[in-house]
Amino acid sequence: MRIAVDLNRCQGYAQCAFLAPEIFAMHGEEALLYDPEADEAQRAKLAQAAAACPVQAILVDAVDVPAEAVSGAR
Amino acid sequence: MLGDGYLEQLKREGRIVVVGASLAGLRAAETLRSEGFAGSLTIIGDEPHEPYDRPPLSKQVLLGRAGADRTALPRLRSVDATWRLGVPATGLDRAARRVRLADGDEVPYDRLLIATGVRARPWPRAAEAELDGVFVLRTRDDSAALARRLDAGPQRVLVIGAGFTGSEIASACRERGLPVTVAERGAAPLVGALGGVVGAVAAELQRQHGVDLRCGVMVTALEGDTSGRVRVAHLSDGSTVEADVVIVSLGAIRNTEWLSGSGLGAGPRGIACDAGCRAFDIRGIVTDDIYAAGDVARSPHALFSYQFLSLEHWGNAVSQARIAAHNMLSESTDRLPHMEVPAFWSAQFGVNIKSVGVPSLGTEILISQGSLQDQRFVGVYGYQGRVIGAVAFDQAKWLPFYQELIETTASFPPPFDTVDRRPDGQRPIDADFPDPSVPTHGPTVTLSGYSPADRRMTFTPAH
Repeated sequence: MRIAVDLNRCQGYAQCAFLAPEIFAMHGEEALLYDPEADEAQRAKLAQAAAACPVQAILVDAVDVPAEAVSGAR
Repeated sequence: MLGDGYLEQLKREGRIVVVGASLAGLRAAETLRSEGFAGSLTIIGDEPHEPYDRPPLSKQVLLGRAGADRTALPRLRSVDATWRLGVPATGLDRAARRVRLADGDEVPYDRLLIATGVRARPWPRAAEAELDGVFVLRTRDDSAALARRLDAGPQRVLVIGAGFTGSEIASACRERGLPVTVAERGAAPLVGALGGVVGAVAAELQRQHGVDLRCGVMVTALEGDTSGRVRVAHLSDGSTVEADVVIVSLGAIRNTEWLSGSGLGAGPRGIACDAGCRAFDIRGIVTDDIYAAGDVARSPHALFSYQFLSLEHWGNAVSQARIAAHNMLSESTDRLPHMEVPAFWSAQFGVNIKSVGVPSLGTEILISQGSLQDQRFVGVYGYQGRVIGAVAFDQAKWLPFYQELIETTASFPPPFDTVDRRPDGQRPIDADFPDPSVPTHGPTVTLSGYSPADRRMTFTPAH
């Protein structure tokens, strides 16, 4: 599962770091670090964390990573 | 009458080409599909990778917390595109509406989105840039290579340029316990983007965290050993720094060279476009089939005197791409302007730095909350009596408030009494931006519209 966080929106509420500490961690008092590609086993926690974000800054794959992103022929 | 019929046909069976397989390109593609585009969509990228996220490359990846190959961007929806990855676009034939590729192929389009972004400015002397141990940090591959080298435990890392990327690299190195020297041409880190008052705080942060920070100096030469590994850097003050890893962090160059000869208004400052992301040609006439978005675009912004604004910001890439995609498929009356207030973030030395508006346009700063000494504050930038930008060190929650002041062109100094204003925030002081004619690492924002007061502006023909 791929993750990106819109850190312009992020205000350091740390809900994600509380709910899915394997993926999200606070770095200093406010800055957020996260694993941009979490293991499948974390799916439920990631969903919780994304839902709990007060500013909805966590972006997660909405579709399975498609096989379309390949180089080469048209 | 043109209009409905053509657009319907375009949506049904048109051909849209996106050049640039990065954040802006992907979000534009998603928007095109969300808005009902059912035709053929081709996404061209010079790197062999699908779109990935860059912010982690100078943070998580260098800290060893994530692999550079694990930063591919999440897909917010299916884009059903044909991907031409690992092949740069080399030319544009506007009359025939075709994009030329490096492999000799040509891709026809009815609508084109250019999102080719920027690349790292290389070390100016090619032979020195090729020394083993000399890096830039822009791409996924750059980050992977640098992270590997940091894993190996270098004796000393030299970072040339203390802009946001350079400072983040220095921060990650210190966190890994590596000795770091930072050489910055300006008077302080971040000075081009945030001015000297805030730059002094950034300098203090670096020194507190053990960075050997040298300001007001240039690296004049890099020297290698007999096996071609970088060994020592010579500085303009006569000193030397022994380092086996050197990261050149001197800002970015816009990827517009491939457009030379196309007649598009594209040059070193980016691709000129209107507020609706439609590119201009070199005659100043707006095209209706070519759009630009992300770092490579420059467009007039109502909040900043309609000067052309180009932004190397994550949020700008996202919003501009969405606007461009929407406008491509819309009647003129349904088009939207790209009016996003600039905003960016950086995390370094454990501090969360965020900004809204265009601080580098400001001339004065008022510390409205917190204090510089605590390294925890909000600084408000003023320009000609109005609030033009704000920066927060570990005070991110307040920025939406300041963004509203910027959007409503509130007066400066701000009229309110704040809850937490210390003595250094009683009145505005000079924000201390460097003389624009003295080069620094440069801000990530460029204002390049004509202004009689703007001595930075020189006429740059597209070719």
